[in-house]
Amino acid sequence: MFKKSTIGLLIACVCLLVAVSIGAVGCGSGNKVDASKSVYKIGAVLSLTGPAAPLGTSEQKALTMFQDELNSGAGVDGHKVEFVIVDDQSVPEQAKAAITKLINQEGVSAVIGTSSTGATLAMVPVAQQNKIPMICCAAGTAITDPVKSYVFRTPPTDRMAITKVLEYLKNKLKVSKIAILHDSNAFGTGGADELAARAPKYGIQIVANESYGSTDTDMTPQLTKIKVTPAQALVVWGTNPGPASIAKNMQQLSITIPYIGSHGIANQKFIELAGPAANGVVLPAGRMLIPASIPANSEWRKLVDTFYTNFKAKYQSNPDTFAGHGYDAGLLITDAMKTAGTDKTKLQEAIQSTNGVVGIDGVFTYSPSNHDGLTTSDLIMIKIQNGTWTEEK
Amino acid sequence: MGRADDRQRILLISSAIFIVLVITLTLSLKRSTGFQWILSGLTVGSIYALIAMGFSVIYSSTRVINFAQGEFSMLGGMLMYSISVKGGVPPWIGFILSVLIVTLVGAGLERVAIHPLKEQSVIAVIIVTIGLAIFLRALAKWIWGTDPVKIASFSGDKPLRFLGASIVPQSFWVFGFTVIAVVLVFIFFNRTLVGKGIRAAAMNKDAASLVGVSSSTSSLLAWTIAAALGASAGIVIAPINFAAYNVGIMLGLKGFTAAVLGGLGSFPGAVAGGLVLGVLEMITAGVVPSGYKDAVAFVILILVLLIRPQGLLGKSEDVKV
Repeated sequence: MFKKSTIGLLIACVCLLVAVSIGAVGCGSGNKVDASKSVYKIGAVLSLTGPAAPLGTSEQKALTMFQDELNSGAGVDGHKVEFVIVDDQSVPEQAKAAITKLINQEGVSAVIGTSSTGATLAMVPVAQQNKIPMICCAAGTAITDPVKSYVFRTPPTDRMAITKVLEYLKNKLKVSKIAILHDSNAFGTGGADELAARAPKYGIQIVANESYGSTDTDMTPQLTKIKVTPAQALVVWGTNPGPASIAKNMQQLSITIPYIGSHGIANQKFIELAGPAANGVVLPAGRMLIPASIPANSEWRKLVDTFYTNFKAKYQSNPDTFAGHGYDAGLLITDAMKTAGTDKTKLQEAIQSTNGVVGIDGVFTYSPSNHDGLTTSDLIMIKIQNGTWTEEK
Repeated sequence: MGRADDRQRILLISSAIFIVLVITLTLSLKRSTGFQWILSGLTVGSIYALIAMGFSVIYSSTRVINFAQGEFSMLGGMLMYSISVKGGVPPWIGFILSVLIVTLVGAGLERVAIHPLKEQSVIAVIIVTIGLAIFLRALAKWIWGTDPVKIASFSGDKPLRFLGASIVPQSFWVFGFTVIAVVLVFIFFNRTLVGKGIRAAAMNKDAASLVGVSSSTSSLLAWTIAAALGASAGIVIAPINFAAYNVGIMLGLKGFTAAVLGGLGSFPGAVAGGLVLGVLEMITAGVVPSGYKDAVAFVILILVLLIRPQGLLGKSEDVKV
């Protein structure tokens, strides 16, 4: 009846059909943004100018990169994702105005932001009143303590960093008397207060607690005071460029006690500004700063390695920890959107039930009583040697 | 007249005594620590003095307070970074090029933004300078971004020690530059015909123009000099200060305070005001356990404006109507 060749042709046709349909299914379900589906709009308030600009700019770069990665794939279940980024100028009032605008005019379903603790605290009441999920990139303890139902964060908290520093002072340096020199802004004062309050539990006595202004360039007066105290180590709590001036001033005054910085100087800029004076400085930072400190072959390590490669290709520089905070904020919101869509209440529940999601900063798990996500073990102590980071074990 | 003069003399002498007292007390109580504070204060004070001189140049020529003065220093530092640190041009050529560019910017801004306002009140011009400051800052942010940058010290970072205190070599560059700048500016305004003409134009525009001094030219000259002064100051202090798009604000405010303290328009006053402010700040930072030493500058500013508006070394101006 049928010739062999006809059967062969038929089989070939069926094969082709199946192949095409599989291909079509593949395209339709997983690899492309579906233009007919609504765009998911997420607001992002970041400090692109003002004192916190170095943080905000990194976060913006990473977030833009994340958005491109997402939309060149399937977005969120085919929905295109758009981050509407607004600059808060590092000013709390501006941050508050920005989030209000994003909610009322842009109609975003969630908000990322912002870079500094002070400005983030100004946004918190707005997010709470409008019942809109917010993931911030700031580390101040007060943001999530006590827990606010709609407010989450990605960076390790100041409290975790301080725990790490105190453990280091006690277990590694074995010192009992320390001096604190801190920035007089919210970050510096908050950190110094917490250090002073918790040091006694570690058997550590604060013999000097000095401060400096964010724009100061000469801290020799404070350091000469510290020099005559019996302090065995100096903890500096601030962000660039103050701590770099302190490192240089310490060298000038031949103060040789160990310098322990905050996670606020965990960036290449500190090394560049302080030059040789940066050598020997020890600070707590996220593991992502030294990818080798993350277990090889783990999902976390793979993500961080890819992140480094893509970031370097796009911006010709290594990402810092702030880039990680921004990326993770985008990642966690879009991850929750996969199950919750854009309904704010469902989205809040979905973020709160995040369990073991791998980000750049670590593995995130939120709960109704914990909106911090990370734990102290996501941090390591880092020592600057010959202008590079090394893990201080 | 005589009574007012006496009162001023008493104020001047008592403030001098107060400063000497503060310094002696600090030295006797804290010895080498106190000496370190004063040494640091003199370095910071020289920085303020340099900025204050820029204020005085424009003020004594046009009666305008140029709130963009700090931005000239910022521009100087940032250009030096681009030309010498990034561009690899030898530092001294970088220095000259940066100063030249900022000088042109200063002269250009005067022609574009200040000159057209010559019929307006001084207040209007001052407000425009605030606008210029914001513009220059935004421009710098757009060009260089927001990160502070490092410029290497001119002659190394090895501190010199004496009497238990230490000082970085760059401080001597700042001291030396301040001395040269004040001498040059003083000679220009008091010993040269052009300089005297500029000051004459400031006192009385019409009378000066009658004898052939153009107030328009003198304003241009003043801005050119102030921009050059600000830029070179910005470069000399950059290794100590770090250069960044936003350093102009604080430099401008402190420089202004120093200028007011010493007497706006007086060059020796600018130097004295800067040094006094720097030393008092550093002693405060050492004695008061806080980072609020900036408050010292502004408390001094308010006190001077209330008690002696013409500053420590300024002459009182009785404007008769």
